[in-house]
Amino acid sequence: MDFDLECENLTKRFGVLTAVDEVSFTVPEGSFFSILGPSGCGKTTLMRMIAGFESPDNGNIRIKGEPVVGLPPNRRNVKMVFQHLALFPMMNVGENIAYGLRCRGAARDEIRRRVGDVLERVGLPDAAGKEIHQLSGGQKQRIAIARCMVLDPDVLLLDEPLGALDLKLREHMKVELKLLQHQFGTTFVYITHDQSEALVMSDRVAVMRDGRFDQIDTPQALYHNPQSAFVAGFVGDSNRWNGRVTRVSGDELVLETAAGLVLTGRTAGDSALRAGDRADIYVRPEAITTTRAGGSSGGGNPSDGANSLDGIIDSLLFNGANSRILVRTADDRLIEAHLPLTGDNSDLGDGERVTLSWPSDYSRCFAPLEG
Amino acid sequence: MAARSDQQKLALILLFTPFLLWIVLLIVLPHIGILHLSFQEKVGLREFNYSFANYIDFLNEPIYWNTLLRTAVISILVTVITLFVGFPIAYYIAKIARRRIRGALFLLCLIPLWVSDLVRAFGWIVLLRETGVVSGVLQWSGLVGQPVEMLYNDATIVIGLVYTVVLFMIVPLVSTLDGMDDSLVEAGFNLGGSRLTVLRRIIIPYAMPGIVAGFIIVFMLTAGSYLTPVLLGGKNSMWFTEQIYNQFITRYNWQAGATFGVLLLIFTSTVVWLGLRLSGQSLANTVAKP
Repeated sequence: MDFDLECENLTKRFGVLTAVDEVSFTVPEGSFFSILGPSGCGKTTLMRMIAGFESPDNGNIRIKGEPVVGLPPNRRNVKMVFQHLALFPMMNVGENIAYGLRCRGAARDEIRRRVGDVLERVGLPDAAGKEIHQLSGGQKQRIAIARCMVLDPDVLLLDEPLGALDLKLREHMKVELKLLQHQFGTTFVYITHDQSEALVMSDRVAVMRDGRFDQIDTPQALYHNPQSAFVAGFVGDSNRWNGRVTRVSGDELVLETAAGLVLTGRTAGDSALRAGDRADIYVRPEAITTTRAGGSSGGGNPSDGANSLDGIIDSLLFNGANSRILVRTADDRLIEAHLPLTGDNSDLGDGERVTLSWPSDYSRCFAPLEG
Repeated sequence: MAARSDQQKLALILLFTPFLLWIVLLIVLPHIGILHLSFQEKVGLREFNYSFANYIDFLNEPIYWNTLLRTAVISILVTVITLFVGFPIAYYIAKIARRRIRGALFLLCLIPLWVSDLVRAFGWIVLLRETGVVSGVLQWSGLVGQPVEMLYNDATIVIGLVYTVVLFMIVPLVSTLDGMDDSLVEAGFNLGGSRLTVLRRIIIPYAMPGIVAGFIIVFMLTAGSYLTPVLLGGKNSMWFTEQIYNQFITRYNWQAGATFGVLLLIFTSTVVWLGLRLSGQSLANTVAKP
């Protein structure tokens, strides 16, 4: 497979702080790759190194197989959509898009044709004569992408460009970005702290923490098979218990929390847990089956290896298919669980006693996050 | 509701009164007086006629309009040099210097203003006269055999004026450049621009309102300056304000002095208007930028 972008042991230090620490990854041709991490994790520094605004202290960057470390930003065929888009306010839309072509010394006719083409492709065919301040947020977004795409970049970098948009437009632009990427077939590298943006749009996602990649995987694998406690907690919602391992058999563990609750789960990632170790256990709300206490109808029979908890419904959080219930357990914790919308238990109400249960396959145990 | 709007009216009147008084008493009235004076021709003792005689005199005497042209050319030269000197300083203060030392640098630029114009001009004289510091150092180092006079020529006038007015170029430039998002420059490079392209197509167009504002202020200050050109240029300065001074004070010919004053105002305003037209900026855009 050909790679549009390869990074090898990239390291960048600012004084005593190591912003990017030995990061290596490859992005195959034509894919949508996201780097997901909380603010301050080093993702912006990483992107600035790829664009050439920062030079790495160590490591290699190759674009289409060519090493680019040492090349100034204007000689790299990597274009960037900035966080606040950085459209030039003193030029109109057409001039903004033509800027890069003019830097290359393209002929006047060619510039006109290509600007027209790219505007057509982003769905704003008549925008060339408009001023930047006349555009809506979503249109500005598309112009910023068009300004880069008109130059046929090897890689397009996007630095949280949806951050400034309101929620509704953001949801819409997620889908639109994905479609644009398909249409252009260019490799997109997308930086974000918003896990839903990363999961929805990407072919592969790298989760970054403290300058390192915790896991690089497909969105599905990140969600279902997190390899570290950080990924499990950062991607999607989870219920978390902390406890001490009491028994290990194969990859199955039994854990006892401080409150005396006994849970079973499986080790995930490379956490080698032994009896007596402290461990975190993560359970997704949708893995939990809620049944009325007493009535054992519905799934989730407390069969072999299953976990089961009793509690009282504290509140219902209705949100269509994403509806949740908050259940207060005996040790006074709130557990988030999926709200059944059909079947016997679809009419649950506040204050009812319920039993929560889930198989041990869906509870993942990790060595606790340091710090 | 009515009381409230009355209150607002009162506040408006109170706020505007000092401004109006200032404009009317110190700007409008004197100019009407000057304009009136400039159209009066002396026909006898305390006898005056309305005529264009003063303006015709100006046109008939080459030394007058030569001085005006010379003043304009040197003022434009000073303004252009000020722009070239001020722009890098402003760019450094606004974009490159770290936030913490920015204020200190700005203050450093302001320090010369704490000393009066006169004292600063004498500072230049101390440095540049025949027995001055520069001449002394040159002789001491053996580069020249005899004392050199560096005062009383055009170069000295230009240097002195640039030094006096450069701050008024830096201030509007810093404030415009400060508002420029760094990512605009980065985007300029990212899309393939060279340093020159980014400067020419992004930074300068962005800073244009500041450049024009600085240009207007500096040009007006220079063309209307008196002390610096007269002290550093001596008898050779041939500065237009000096002519105005001479007419009013030495010759006691207020009519001619007033005419020159009006002409200077018209002339500098025309240059500014031309500058605005050529740069494609409007006065509102440069001065009243939010």
